[in-house]
Amino acid sequence: MGEAIVITSGKGGVGKTTTSANVGTALALQGKKVCLVDTDIGLRNLDVVMGLENRIIYDLVDVVEGRCKIHQALVKDKRFEDLLYLLPAAQTSDKNAVSPEQMKVLIDELKQDYDYIVIDCPAGIEQGYRNAVAGADHAIVVTTPEVSAVRDADRIIGLLEKEEGISAPRLIINRIRNHLMKNGDMLDVDEITTHLSIDLIGIVADDDEVIKASNHGEPIALNPNSKASIAYRNIARRILGESVPLQSFEEDQAGMFSKIKKFFGVK
Amino acid sequence: MKKYQNVTIKGTKEGLTLHLDDTCSYSDLKEELDQKLSESSKSQSDKLISVMVQVGNRYLTADQKEELRELIRQKKNLVVDTINSNVITKQEAEAERIAHEVVSIAKIVRSGQVLEVSGDLLLIGDVNPGGTVKAGGNIYILGALKGIAHAGCSGNREAVIAASVMKPSQLRIEECLNRAPDHYPGEDGREMECAYIDENNQITIDRLQALMNIRPNLSKLQGGF
Repeated sequence: MGEAIVITSGKGGVGKTTTSANVGTALALQGKKVCLVDTDIGLRNLDVVMGLENRIIYDLVDVVEGRCKIHQALVKDKRFEDLLYLLPAAQTSDKNAVSPEQMKVLIDELKQDYDYIVIDCPAGIEQGYRNAVAGADHAIVVTTPEVSAVRDADRIIGLLEKEEGISAPRLIINRIRNHLMKNGDMLDVDEITTHLSIDLIGIVADDDEVIKASNHGEPIALNPNSKASIAYRNIARRILGESVPLQSFEEDQAGMFSKIKKFFGVK
Repeated sequence: MKKYQNVTIKGTKEGLTLHLDDTCSYSDLKEELDQKLSESSKSQSDKLISVMVQVGNRYLTADQKEELRELIRQKKNLVVDTINSNVITKQEAEAERIAHEVVSIAKIVRSGQVLEVSGDLLLIGDVNPGGTVKAGGNIYILGALKGIAHAGCSGNREAVIAASVMKPSQLRIEECLNRAPDHYPGEDGREMECAYIDENNQITIDRLQALMNIRPNLSKLQGGF
């Protein structure tokens, strides 16, 4: 029996889909059998980020409405042997095409076959959100170090705490820009965690590579050299119960400094 | 023949006190009251006299109270000031208890959430921006107040708001409203503070220790220490 984790944020554009794709990929890299579920019906894009768009035949709404069997709709990621699957959202219907009860049945069915179900939640707190959290056992809230994103994260945490059957939500702080945080122009990690007072499960630096990789349909977690990739892999390890220390952004600074020194030294 | 009277009238410094017996039936009481007042009120001057009604251990419904007031009012210059009874219903007692209770809650009030109690509120946790706490009485917050707090919301001007960290987006006490400055200057100096309505009808923020002089009624402890 697997576990279902919903990735949510309240606010749009903080990186829910990217996080879902990469956490799912990183879990698969750890040898777990993972199914990604896109619940953003009508505005799907987890398939694009995963590079699986043109292999979609059936979607979530087809499954719920009985037009196909669940395994027919699942898209297999060929980069992994038999570990990573995607259940894409429909593009033609809207969020009301599915009810929370139907989602729960669907997720419960998937839990039989997979170790982890990663559910990508749409922005907002309406029907789409309710569908996404319906079958989940755990929740991960994604925020960025911006006041507006933190405000919405706070709201969503309040809603998640009311939800029965979901364990205490955990936090990912995404798109950290170290220089801004250092100058105090951006909320820092401590400030956000004390404010929201939930457990932190990972921090991810703002990295151009993430955008590049997403545009190529290849989750950054597959590239072992990027900082963001390591961050996502660490998150996956923490989900599996390992205790991994938080990534420090300091060494990056030191690296830069020594580079400059070196630069002048050479000259 | 009756051995004693159901209605006795006593004059005090404050005015008249009507003692109504609590063992006879209500209709007997009404009848006798009517009779007594009719004979006694004839020779009075035009000045209004306030009357206190003592009903002892009799429970009067709101309708009955109204009826008695009406009856007494009809006698030209008598006005009922208060009706005192030794008994109240369980509902009234419960309402009274709730209104004077300090409700303690260990929670974080997050954005979009509203926490409302009818008595005093003791919150062990924070109120985050966008969150609201409301209380019929006082509000004491052991964590940080960054959202909205509304004390005395059912009409109590004496209510106060106290917080360990006072950075509210809005403070409301009864009908008064106070908006936060757009920027809090600095990080410090916002700890252990209280808010109350001052003599100019403005919400004022002060050190927590000032409360003991401004609202001495907050101390419920009897005797000294």
